[in-house]
Amino acid sequence: MKPSTFAKAPSLEIDDILGNLDLHIIVCTGAGGVGKTTTAAALGLRAAEMGRDVCVLTIDPAKRLAQAMGLSSLDNTPRQVPGVCAPDGSGSLFAMMLDMKRTFDEVVEGHADPERAQQILNNPFYQTLSSSFAGTQEYMAMEKLGQLRVRAMDEGTWDLIVVDTPPSRSALDFLDAPARLGSFLDGRFIRILTAPARGAGKGLGRLAAMGFGLFTNVLSKILGAQVLTDVGTFVAAIDTTFGGFRERADETYALLKDSGTLFVVVAAPERDALREAAYFVERLRTDGMPLAGLVLNRVQAVDDPDLTSEQAAAGAQTLTELAGDGSDAAAKEARLTAALLTLHAQRMSLAARQKHLADRFTAAHPGVPVSAVPALAEDVHDLEGLRTVGTLLAGSL
Amino acid sequence: MTSSAMPTPDAAVTSGASASWPEVNLHVVSGKGGTGKTTVAAALALELARHGRRTLLVEVEGRQGIAQLFDTPPLPYEERKVAVAPGGGEVYALAIDAQDALLDYLESFYNLRRAGSALRRMGAVDFVTTIAPGLRDVLLTGKAIEVVRRKEKHASDAYDAVILDAPPTGRITKFLNVNSEMSGLAKAGPIHKHADLVMSVIASPQTAVHIVTLLEEMPVQETIDGIADLRDNSLPVGGVIVNMTRPPVLTDRELAMAAKGTLPPAAIRSSLERAGLAAHENEILPALMREASDHSQRVALERREMTRIEELGLPTAVLPLLADGVDLGGLYELAELLGEAGLR
Repeated sequence: MKPSTFAKAPSLEIDDILGNLDLHIIVCTGAGGVGKTTTAAALGLRAAEMGRDVCVLTIDPAKRLAQAMGLSSLDNTPRQVPGVCAPDGSGSLFAMMLDMKRTFDEVVEGHADPERAQQILNNPFYQTLSSSFAGTQEYMAMEKLGQLRVRAMDEGTWDLIVVDTPPSRSALDFLDAPARLGSFLDGRFIRILTAPARGAGKGLGRLAAMGFGLFTNVLSKILGAQVLTDVGTFVAAIDTTFGGFRERADETYALLKDSGTLFVVVAAPERDALREAAYFVERLRTDGMPLAGLVLNRVQAVDDPDLTSEQAAAGAQTLTELAGDGSDAAAKEARLTAALLTLHAQRMSLAARQKHLADRFTAAHPGVPVSAVPALAEDVHDLEGLRTVGTLLAGSL
Repeated sequence: MTSSAMPTPDAAVTSGASASWPEVNLHVVSGKGGTGKTTVAAALALELARHGRRTLLVEVEGRQGIAQLFDTPPLPYEERKVAVAPGGGEVYALAIDAQDALLDYLESFYNLRRAGSALRRMGAVDFVTTIAPGLRDVLLTGKAIEVVRRKEKHASDAYDAVILDAPPTGRITKFLNVNSEMSGLAKAGPIHKHADLVMSVIASPQTAVHIVTLLEEMPVQETIDGIADLRDNSLPVGGVIVNMTRPPVLTDRELAMAAKGTLPPAAIRSSLERAGLAAHENEILPALMREASDHSQRVALERREMTRIEELGLPTAVLPLLADGVDLGGLYELAELLGEAGLR
C-alpha cells in the first residue's frame, strides 16, 4: 500500500528510471540519517533483478545493511552479491564499501613511480589529508565513481552504478568538496605555500612577494614551520608526477552532468531533512544536473483516512469517560477501544504533520516527483528487506 | 563556576535526582543525524541555567539550528541571550563560524587582524576553514574552549556551563580529538601549545560527552559504537538521552494479544458503537487491528533497544516525542525531564 497522502507531487516512477538503459549512474544524496544507503542498496537490488548489471558504491553502511549485501569487510573492491539476478538469469549485483585512504593511496600509486609514491605515502601531511580531513571522503567517492565508470565501460562489467554519498554536514559537500580539494591541491595558494620548497617566489611580483612574506610568516607562526615543510614536500612530490588534481575532479564533476546520470534526493518527512533536500534540489537546478526526484522515507502510513484524528480522539474520550473506574468487562473493553482510537489519532496527526511538510516542499518545488516509502517496523538486515524497500520505492506494493 | 565552590552543590538548588556531573562545565551533545541533538542541547542549556545561573549554547555546524529552535534571527558570531530559564537564569547562544574564529584567533593571539584580511584575499582563510576541516575543527573546538575557560573580572567563570551542539556521533571522536592529532602534526609552536591546552579541557572531568538516540536499531548501534570509540580515546563519556519516545498506549497484555491478532473484535465493535463511531465500523475495525499489531511490533523493538541502552550502565534520560513539534514551551518541558533524570 502506498500512502495516498502525497498527491500534490507527481509520482517518481522508479521502475521507468531503473529500466532506462541509457542511464548509467544514480547518485543518492540527502541529509544524514534519512536512509540514503538503504535506498541506494534497494535501488541497486531492484535494478539487478530487472536484469541490469549493477554496482552499488556505499560509503559508510550500517553493519547489518552491509551484511545484507554480503559485505563483511571494507576492502575497496566490488564484490558480487550471491544469488541476485532477474528471473531469466540475467542481471547481477555487486557492492562495495569505500575505503577513502586506500582509494587515495591507489591514486598516488597509480600515478607515481614506486619510489616517489612511497615518499608521498610517508609524508605526514599526506597521511593527515588522506585519512582525516573531511572533504577527502567526498573527493574519493567521486574518484572511485570515476574509476568504476571507466571499468564499467572498458570491461562491460556494469551498466548501472548506484552511489551513496558521504554523511556530510551538508549534502552539498558532495558536490563542493572535490572541487575545493582539487583547486586547493592545484591552485595558486598551494603554489605560494610551497614556493620556498621550489625556490620560487620570484615572478610573483613585488607586491605579491611582500604579501607572501607576511603570509608564510603568519602561517609558520600558526602552524609551526614543520607543517609548512611537510605541505611543501608533499605538493612538490605530487606536482611533478601527476598534476591536474583539479582536472580529475572536473572530469568526474562533468560525469555528474552527463545525460546518463540521475540524482535521487533522499529525505525523511522532517523539517531539517526536507530543508536539506530543498537546498540540494535548487543546487542541482543551478548546476544543470539531472534530478530524478525525491525519495521520502519513513512516511507514516495511514490505514483508514476516513476516521479523522479528531473523531478518533473524541471517541476515545467518550469511551474513557464511559469506562470510568469500572472494572467490569464493558469498562475494560471501552478502555481497550479507547486506547486503539488514541493510537489511530496519534498516527493520523503524525501523518498530517508529515503531509504538511511534504506539501510545503512540493509547493516550493512543484515539478519534483516524489516516492513516499512507508516507515518499516524494523531496520533492513537482509536481501528480503531490501527487496521490500525496492518494491515500496516503486510504489507497487 | 559558583556551584562547584559551594558546600552543597546542585542538589540544593534544583529539584529531582542529584546531578550526575556537578563538576562538569562543558557538556558536549552528539547523536546520529535526525535524533534531535540540537533540541536536547537547548533543553540541557535551559535546565543548567535554572535559578539564576548563566549558560551558553554553542553550535558549530553553521546550520543555525539554535536560531530556528528559539525562533530568533540567525545568530551572528557573537554571544546573544536567547532565553530565560525558570528561576531567572539566562541562556546565551553562539554560532561559531570557522572563518570568524580564525580571524578572532589571529587577533587575540598575534594581534594580526589586518593580516587576516590579506589571508582571506589569498584564499588562505578558505584553505584553513573549508579544505582542511581538521584545521576547521581545531578552530571550532578552540573557540568553544575559550568560552569555557573565560573568567569574569572577579575571577568567576563567565558561564556556569557551556553546552556544545556537536557534530554527529560518527564524527564526534575525531572532532574532539582533532587537537591531539594536530598537536602531533604540528610538533612545536603555538598551534601545538594551543591544541594541548584544548585537549586538557576536553579530556578532563570538567567535560562530559552525551549521546542522543532514538529507540531504533541504527541510532542505538551508533550510540554503542560511539561510546566505545570515545572510551578508546579516553574522552569523558556522559549520559545517554533517549529522545522522541512514545509511551505504549496499550497494556502489556493487550500488546501481546495485538501481536498475536487475538484482540476481541466483537467487544471492540460494540465499544465503537458506544463511542458513536458505528457509521463506518467495518473499515475502522480492521484498521485499528492492523495499527495495534504494528504498534505491538514497534513497542517490542523499542524495548529491545532500550535494554541495549540500559546495558551501557550510563545515566540515561528518556524524553517524549512532543506531539506538536518543538517550541519554547516544549523545550522547558524537556529541560525539566532532563533535570529529573539527573542529567545535568
